[in-house]
Amino acid sequence: MTVSLTLDNVTAHYGSTQVLQDLSLAIAAGELVSLLGASGCGKTTTLRLVAGFLEPTSGSIRLGDRDLTRMPAHQRDIGLVFQNYALFPHLSVRDNVAFGLKQRGLGSVERKAKADTMLERVGLSAFAERMPAALSGGQKQRVALARALVIEPPLLMFDEPLSNLDAKLRVDMRVEIRRLQRANGTTSLYVTHDQEEAFSISDRVAIMNAGRIMQLDRPEVLYQRPANSFVARFVGFENLIDMTVTERNGASVKATTPAGASVFLSQDVFGAIPDRFVLAARPDGLAVTRSEDGIPVTLGIRTYLGRAYQYQCMAQSGTYLGNGPLTEPLEPGTAASLVPVPEQCCILPSDA
Amino acid sequence: MRTTLHPALLMIASLIFAILIAPLFIILGASVSDTSYLTFPPQGFTLQWYSNIFEITAFRTTAITSLQIAFFGTFLALLIGIPAAYALNRFRVRLPSFLSNVFVLPILVPEIVLGFSLMKSITIGLDLPVYTTLLMGHTLLVLPYAVRVVGASLASFDFSVEEAAISLGCPPLKAFLTVVLPNISAGVIAAFILAFITSVNDVSISLFLTGPGVSTLPIQILAHMEQFFDPTIASVSVLLMLLTVGVMAIVEATLGLTFLTK
Repeated sequence: MTVSLTLDNVTAHYGSTQVLQDLSLAIAAGELVSLLGASGCGKTTTLRLVAGFLEPTSGSIRLGDRDLTRMPAHQRDIGLVFQNYALFPHLSVRDNVAFGLKQRGLGSVERKAKADTMLERVGLSAFAERMPAALSGGQKQRVALARALVIEPPLLMFDEPLSNLDAKLRVDMRVEIRRLQRANGTTSLYVTHDQEEAFSISDRVAIMNAGRIMQLDRPEVLYQRPANSFVARFVGFENLIDMTVTERNGASVKATTPAGASVFLSQDVFGAIPDRFVLAARPDGLAVTRSEDGIPVTLGIRTYLGRAYQYQCMAQSGTYLGNGPLTEPLEPGTAASLVPVPEQCCILPSDA
Repeated sequence: MRTTLHPALLMIASLIFAILIAPLFIILGASVSDTSYLTFPPQGFTLQWYSNIFEITAFRTTAITSLQIAFFGTFLALLIGIPAAYALNRFRVRLPSFLSNVFVLPILVPEIVLGFSLMKSITIGLDLPVYTTLLMGHTLLVLPYAVRVVGASLASFDFSVEEAAISLGCPPLKAFLTVVLPNISAGVIAAFILAFITSVNDVSISLFLTGPGVSTLPIQILAHMEQFFDPTIASVSVLLMLLTVGVMAIVEATLGLTFLTK
């Protein structure tokens, strides 16, 4: 049975501090959605609200046709995987996995059978008798995963489950989590501050800031077409240039920086360009050339990237990062131009 | 590699050890002295002072009272102290910080003051039976130990373990009893032992709260010494020492002594 999770205008406070502001989020049945953001953005608060460890000030939380908003945490039937594993130190691996089954009143024979089947699925059959203290980090997280999965919850939630593991194991584990989640078709909410982790594992990602979702979309869309400056900066658009349209000539638009430098952009590529906007580009999206067109800059530090040289570029309107060809290394202090590479740039609504 | 100890260090250590242990030997010697007054070195040898303890009913009744008061007082203190320590740790962020200090206050207030004020307020003010008053006094006396020692255990407990249990369908109270409690049992046992010993040893509070027909062993020892000054006191002390050694031996065998100093 797969169900959807819906948060409607959820607001939450810690004391008098508002930590979530009218947050709405819908996760379709069987979908894995990540909440991504820096610490303090409200992602863990959101998870704890759904888990029932916090109560929202207003708004509602629904799982399928059940209203979770004020339901006690132990009745919610949600599988939780914690950052620090949170295994029961006084119980063996098997008893850890069987804990939820025991709460559901299953007999000991059935509990053991189900727990052992689940341990087999996560590759830990040989460790059933061990105590948690005798396991490695990766093994502990597998037990935690098995413990959450064995109760066959309609919703799985992960709170930074991989951040205590080393890099190699992290990649293995996230593939594992994705595999098990897909196999069961369990609706899942995944909280992380790691962009790569969120993008690689999720159907959709919500990028959060200051208690709000800034953008919720497929990873590909977030990466290539951020909707606003915050998300753009988050996914690596390091250059955000305020622009004003000064001339329109059919599809061609002449846009000018606050310092008066101009570039030409085509509405055939970008669609309708508003009169004021932010031009967002990764270093890849700003070509450093010696031509006269584009934004005039003075080059600063040059770094070698393997596929290109990257330059720190000082313009009157600010400092940018641009890439130049390997064929022509330029020295610091050289006067050059920055030309937007249309396919690598985005037009964002102006912040002002 | 063997570390050799400096002779001076050895000497000072032995000296301190001797100072600590000597009174115990003096008491042991005095308890078998065949004289009607306390003396050391012992003159002659007799075990009559030991049998004397059992002939004086007051020793037996007060010993039973002492053990009862210590047991129930500690039990009550844990009943209040464990939930208090839990709340102080679990909701540390939300509770005012002075609250944890409130529970240490009985340690900071001189016991004699505590005893006197309890007598004024409970014995005289509320006119409760002596036994009840004594039990309340001792509960209050050992409460700080219960809160502090159990609290230290809870401070290193990861509360997400409790949340994991709740998320798996375990109601909060059951989660506390089946998941939190087994993981802080060492702290609870340590608190029990410390509180129990503190209660059995207490003089200052009992002095004010004991009354007609109800007294504790230390108070009886004091009373006996004022009246007789005979080696019975020394033999009682030896038995108390053996009791303490017994308790410690059990702790050492089950948990290890280092556990009490944690």
